[in-house]
Amino acid sequence: MADAHPAGLAHHFESFEQQREASFFGMWVFLITEIMFFGGLFAAYVVYRSAHEEAFVLGSSLLDIRWGAFNTVVLIGSSLTMALSVWAARTSKRKLLVVFLLLTVLLGSIFLGVKAIEYSHKFHEHLVPGPSFAMDHFPADEAPYVQMFFNLYFMMTGLHALHMVIGIGLLLSLVVMAARGAFTPENHNLVEGVGLYWHFVDIVWIFLFPLLYLLGRSA
Amino acid sequence: MGDQMTTPAERKRLNYLNADYGVKSWLLATDHKRIALLYLLSITVFFFLGGLMAVGIRLELATPAGDLVQPDTYNRLFTMHGILMIFFFLIPSIPAVFGNFLIPLMIGAKDLAFPKINLASWYVYSIGGLFTLWSLIQGGVDTGWTFYTPFSTTYSNTYVIATALGIFIVGFSSIMTGLNFIVTIHRMRAPGLTWFRLPLFIWAHYATSLIQILGTPVLAITILLVGAERLFHIGIFDPAYGGDPVLFQHLFWFYSHPAVYIMILPSMGVISEIIAAFARKRIFGYKVVAFASVTIAVLGFLVWGHHMFVSSQSPFTGVVFSFLSMLVAIPSAVKVFNWTATLFEGSVSLDTPMLYALGFIGLFTIGGLTGIMLANLGIDIHVHDTYFVVAHFHYVMVGGAIMGYLGGLHYWWPKITGRLYPVFWSKLAALVVFVGFNLTFFPQFLLGYLGMPRRYYSYPEDFQVLNVMSSAGATVLGVGYLIPMIYLVWSMRYGKRAGANPWGAVGLEWETPSPPPTFNFDETPTVDHEAYEYTSPTETRVA
Repeated sequence: MADAHPAGLAHHFESFEQQREASFFGMWVFLITEIMFFGGLFAAYVVYRSAHEEAFVLGSSLLDIRWGAFNTVVLIGSSLTMALSVWAARTSKRKLLVVFLLLTVLLGSIFLGVKAIEYSHKFHEHLVPGPSFAMDHFPADEAPYVQMFFNLYFMMTGLHALHMVIGIGLLLSLVVMAARGAFTPENHNLVEGVGLYWHFVDIVWIFLFPLLYLLGRSA
Repeated sequence: MGDQMTTPAERKRLNYLNADYGVKSWLLATDHKRIALLYLLSITVFFFLGGLMAVGIRLELATPAGDLVQPDTYNRLFTMHGILMIFFFLIPSIPAVFGNFLIPLMIGAKDLAFPKINLASWYVYSIGGLFTLWSLIQGGVDTGWTFYTPFSTTYSNTYVIATALGIFIVGFSSIMTGLNFIVTIHRMRAPGLTWFRLPLFIWAHYATSLIQILGTPVLAITILLVGAERLFHIGIFDPAYGGDPVLFQHLFWFYSHPAVYIMILPSMGVISEIIAAFARKRIFGYKVVAFASVTIAVLGFLVWGHHMFVSSQSPFTGVVFSFLSMLVAIPSAVKVFNWTATLFEGSVSLDTPMLYALGFIGLFTIGGLTGIMLANLGIDIHVHDTYFVVAHFHYVMVGGAIMGYLGGLHYWWPKITGRLYPVFWSKLAALVVFVGFNLTFFPQFLLGYLGMPRRYYSYPEDFQVLNVMSSAGATVLGVGYLIPMIYLVWSMRYGKRAGANPWGAVGLEWETPSPPPTFNFDETPTVDHEAYEYTSPTETRVA
């Protein structure tokens, strides 16, 4: 094209501001689709919980609240380091950016490690839905619905964990780009976009933790 | 008629088609216009595949006895017809082809906001299509396009997983397209192009995109749950494991009813453009028509229960859904009335696109009015799961959505290819489609009212006359769809050159040459007037 476009500005945008706004807006729209995606599962949870509350409370009491609480703290910590990464990108602190991104990856990995421990416990306790589910541990009329609780537990936390894995992959590619100095104060939309995604995944957990671990425990 | 407008300089200039040659320049294209053509090619393949399934259905139903195919085969035929036509033709059709091609042109942008996501959406579409084709070649699916549980999760021994995966994947291409359009319409408009100066085609696509991003993810998670239940036998919907099959219907229709509006809204946008151009008038009540699109999108999310009047819904819930469903008629009727009011005292010319637009208005009205009948609890119970329902949604989907698609194809073909098609053949085809369509589907209203159920491969002899009419009509309709295939392909090489603006229409897309240059406009246009500024009928007329 005749007019020279500055480096880092895509050909079809008029200005960095337009590019930045489009990138942000796109990310927010994507997160709305994610809310609807998880929303289907949450709807199923609400429907079955209101129909079979006792069985759900029974299932809930078998989850380890300490691991859940620990993971909640870890994930909130990772949101802090993610926010600091965005700040570092905005203020062109390349080394700090790499450090904060790596810290976020570390905290995310700890979360997934704890989740793996929890899953293996459930496996040994025969609480994974399927033919080996410990039906005889529960009153006969509640047992299918306790299994239903664990269906939803594994679907919801599994889908959440999948989002964490994708997030960690994105963060690692940001680390490589950041180390090469790909981000400038004008254009670090990728860091902010992944940041929004990471916070979203964090917020999903903030809803999952009380729904799966806490509700009905005091009764 | 546009020939004299083409100067030699215009003929030689670079456009998006001749800027680059070779397979790679197409398969790695990020130009929205080239991606639109990739989509055009793919959806045409799926349209004719889906049509082939319909041929099988109509051949079987030509005689009362089940004599041509096995009942199992028949189940697979109507299932694959529905799946191919809905997910692989109708949902992408107008948005992915004309929306893709025209939104940046109409708003004076160089491209969509995310060109690479746009290209990715076509690849995602193709991968989803390949999964579905694979399952088709393996023998297909017999669950109906609705995948009702527990049949789909437990009892059907066909390729449910592969097909469901195909639909799951193709859903993401739909989400990508919707996301791209929303961001583009918000952030990429030319200077001076305010919301109320946008063509109604843009408003319709904005409303469509809202449904795509809000509804499709729910379908995705629902299909995921069906797959998990089928693969791992964990109970979400199966009563044998404590699940509730009606929950599946709720989740499925939460997407699939609004999906009807994904198919019809873009068509309405096309009709608004065509009516304005061939009546030489601004659309009557522009703002009301614009808001009607958004209203339809919002109301569309509140009516899914009308698919479930006979599946354990309480009468109270039924009454609420019945009332809400009838509300949709208001914005739909507003559009029909306003198009009609636009025609009134307009300088109407009956070019081919206009023939399709007029056909749309009539057929969509019949489809819409029978929709109100079906929204009545009493009538719905009488005609539930009969050919009345089949006729109703084909009047909306084929008489509405596909008429709009063909109208758009004929309206923008000169812009897309830079060539004109033969007038006589195109008008003849429009007529054949109209006659064939009515002959196919009107008898089905009568059949349904008389009690012929859908999804059966045989029927009592009393129904034969009407069924033969329908099968004969389907043949005529098929010919009507083949004729444009021939002359449009012919016109790409032999058609007369179209000037920038063969119809003398108003709109940014007509201010750039046909075919447009790669970056659409040599200079970013500035807009200082409303859409459809047709001043005096006689002045703007070309030739």
